[in-house]
Amino acid sequence: MAERDAITDPWGARTPYGPGDSWPVRVDSHLADGVRAEDVDRWVPSAAVLHSNGDGLEIAVKDGRIVGVRGQADDRVNHGRLDPKDLYGWQAGASPDRLTTPLVCEGGRLVEATWDEAMRRVVTRSRELLDEQGPSALGFYTSGQLFAEEYYTLAAIAHGALGTNHVDGNTRLCTATAAAALKTSFGCDGQPASYTDVDHADVIALFGHNVAETQSVLWTRMLDRLAGPKPPALVCVDPRTTAVARAATVHLAPLPGTNVALMNGLLHEIIRNDQVDHAYVEKHTVGYDDLVQQVADATPERVADICGVPPEQIREAARLLGGAERLLSTVLQGFYQSHQATAAAVQVNNLNLVRGMLGKPGAGVLQMNGQPTAENTRECGADGDLTGFRNWANDDHVAELARLWNLDPMQIPHYAPPTHLMQMLRYAENGTIRFLWVSATNPAVSLPELARVRSILEQDRLFLVVQDAFRTETTEFADVVFPAAIWGEKIGTFTNVDRTVHLSEKAVEPPGAAKSDLDIFLDYARRMDFRDRDGEPFPAWHDAESAFEAWKKASAGRPCDYSGLTYDKLRAKNGIQWPCTAEQPDGTERLYVDGKFFADPDYCESYGRDLITGAPTEPDEYRSMNPDGKAMIRPAEYLSPHEMPDEERPFALITGRTLYHFHTRTKTARAPELQRAEPEVWVEMSERDAKECDLEDGDLARITTARGAVQAKVRLREIRDGVLFLPFHYGYWDTEATSERAANELTPTDWDPASKQPIFKTAAAAIARVEEDR
Amino acid sequence: MRLGLALRELHRSETSLAAFLYEVSDRHRVEHEVHHVARDLAGWSRAHVRDLAEAGERYGLSLRGTAPESSGLLAPVRRKVSELTGRRAETGLLLLADLRRLHRRTAGVSLDWELLAQGAQAIKDHELLELAQRCHPQTLRQLKWSNSMLKTLSPQVLVSG
Repeated sequence: MAERDAITDPWGARTPYGPGDSWPVRVDSHLADGVRAEDVDRWVPSAAVLHSNGDGLEIAVKDGRIVGVRGQADDRVNHGRLDPKDLYGWQAGASPDRLTTPLVCEGGRLVEATWDEAMRRVVTRSRELLDEQGPSALGFYTSGQLFAEEYYTLAAIAHGALGTNHVDGNTRLCTATAAAALKTSFGCDGQPASYTDVDHADVIALFGHNVAETQSVLWTRMLDRLAGPKPPALVCVDPRTTAVARAATVHLAPLPGTNVALMNGLLHEIIRNDQVDHAYVEKHTVGYDDLVQQVADATPERVADICGVPPEQIREAARLLGGAERLLSTVLQGFYQSHQATAAAVQVNNLNLVRGMLGKPGAGVLQMNGQPTAENTRECGADGDLTGFRNWANDDHVAELARLWNLDPMQIPHYAPPTHLMQMLRYAENGTIRFLWVSATNPAVSLPELARVRSILEQDRLFLVVQDAFRTETTEFADVVFPAAIWGEKIGTFTNVDRTVHLSEKAVEPPGAAKSDLDIFLDYARRMDFRDRDGEPFPAWHDAESAFEAWKKASAGRPCDYSGLTYDKLRAKNGIQWPCTAEQPDGTERLYVDGKFFADPDYCESYGRDLITGAPTEPDEYRSMNPDGKAMIRPAEYLSPHEMPDEERPFALITGRTLYHFHTRTKTARAPELQRAEPEVWVEMSERDAKECDLEDGDLARITTARGAVQAKVRLREIRDGVLFLPFHYGYWDTEATSERAANELTPTDWDPASKQPIFKTAAAAIARVEEDR
Repeated sequence: MRLGLALRELHRSETSLAAFLYEVSDRHRVEHEVHHVARDLAGWSRAHVRDLAEAGERYGLSLRGTAPESSGLLAPVRRKVSELTGRRAETGLLLLADLRRLHRRTAGVSLDWELLAQGAQAIKDHELLELAQRCHPQTLRQLKWSNSMLKTLSPQVLVSG
């Protein structure tokens, strides 16, 4: 078993392979100092929880404590490999500063309390507000890091038992656009492709997807293809010269906020060169003519002016995309968190649709996720969708859900789309949401325009419940804090980007009085005494496995069908892709293999939205546009970003993830190796820009926007001129500083109208040296 | 010919719609989606005004090719008031009233496009018909937007406060 220093060698040794071959196994492992593999008492199956890749692993347990991890050699996702965060991140669980008891706010301070006392306060306030205002006073904001059983339970409590429309996950910040883009093109969420497509592709196009840092094990798969015979060509779209860009055949570095223009230019070229699979388009899609019309004048020259990318580069990229025989396209935050997010991500779907590159080995689209269990947030209905990819605008779907839950259909709000997070925040701001329950996320660092976010969370009139493993910037505003058990301390299933379901077993006991999120939600439900139509306690389930069985019933017949899975089956073979049914007991590698989609008007999850205005499409309109449930080619015009650099603020600011940290570092900063690797926020800029601003590598600079300021050390990097990059992980819990550290001090409150995902990658900024420095 | 009248009326209603979209945008600065999307959609109306002025020349009309790009001198005041009152639930009713007004004005513009297209067909003016066929769908999208915002935001306003 190889042990490497994953900080200096994040991707490890190459195991080259050729097209169509199986990716060789390489088992990565890390154990605590002094522990040898033969000392380990038990190896407990799970999967990676600090990114979205879903790498299968085993947790090493000795004397009731987690002492390390090793990759699962036979797991379909990673073939044994683990990334730096997996190898070191598990140490956070044993931190001495874990929350071990509930806290309640007394005289402005959080003090320890019993579960009875903390729950009593939450239940009392819930009841008061239900009496005064009804369910519209209550909102729930959850995570992309809980398990399916927990999201399903939360969805049942919020949408069902309470009947509030206000439920969302922090997936809003990372994958809402993935879901929206899939719904727009295919009528339903659900990842078309599979990671195994990397094994077959001859061109891999990465759109705003810095896979080397966000899903580093998937990147090792690509690196191994690149090192083998007949390597694929890479097309990379990213304003930064990342490791992916350096390995790419063509690297396009557009100005932030211009992705739609760039995509239209690429589509223009592919159509002009007639590299369109007309038979596929004719048979399986609607809307092609609209696309032809929309991109007719998006010539490389015209697009070059908007994006700041040379026309010959656009032509070269289009030649590669248009000539590919097996084209795998992937998309992430460079598109999702930027201006016109859904419109841009949908153009990637359009690219694969017009090229007929879907549903066969090496040909597909991966609209990526940012968090390990984001897929579950979406499919279980804890994120502004209805459970099981049901369509809120289809009364039959709502009636079906009501039957499952044995509730009146009117009890489940479906008069409008479920309220997305940014709108919930607005309701909290104007005082009409008065109770907000936050689980496993940290909005006081992760949301845009933090000064505003803090001013909302700190209001006395807002009753804030926070459920987490640690005290965070957000718990400090709470009325009640629940201590939560985390990964390794509870059992449940979770599903990665390419629909692979893993069972994560309990390895150790949670500290002190901490409980699983599932047990906390169920405890609340029992104390609230929720009942179904027959007067039976609701939800009817009582633990993880019974919740999973209930969720299977809710998913049966829907695209995300889990009905063929059981805990025992996953114990025998962990990592199975949904849909998994009696007919397809081993799961499903690719969706849409036969050009059949989930887009039938009676079956689809969504009738779609206008990509510019965000207005939902009416059912009748959808039915006449797409009566046969084909894939939908939806064009979009380019609009200028809402905030453009100007003389006062000449830079476009983008924020993003880094290799060694996750979310707001609640776990990764508590793993010594990861913390030492990147302990402090920095800002990246080009050498030319630095010179013009009289800055040098290592200088302390102050970056300002109309919202606030951040101080960070300058790193000179290959990044396009005119662009600044700040990592978004850093907040205030581990520093003396009380301001000017979190990237979101700078970001605007603005979101994509179609996916409602906040825009983190177009803000006008200025930068200057902090005077006392040097 | 009365077609000139229809053109002039549409030009007037599109110009005023653009101005009103900016006004709504500024008056509801703290309703971020309304604020931003209203400005994007004002861009469509401004483009329509430009195209209508061009078309008007053929009918001997002298119409301004430019519609306002902001809600005018009062814009900063409107934004400030929005920020100062943004924490009160009552502003929700003002928002609904404005969206309702916006919806009705947009419906008026849509009808004007309908009339223009009918007239253009009657005199076989291909260019004018093409203009209507290009612009009217955007007006309909503006109309669906105000409708959907009303539908989405009204439940919270109506049951709280």
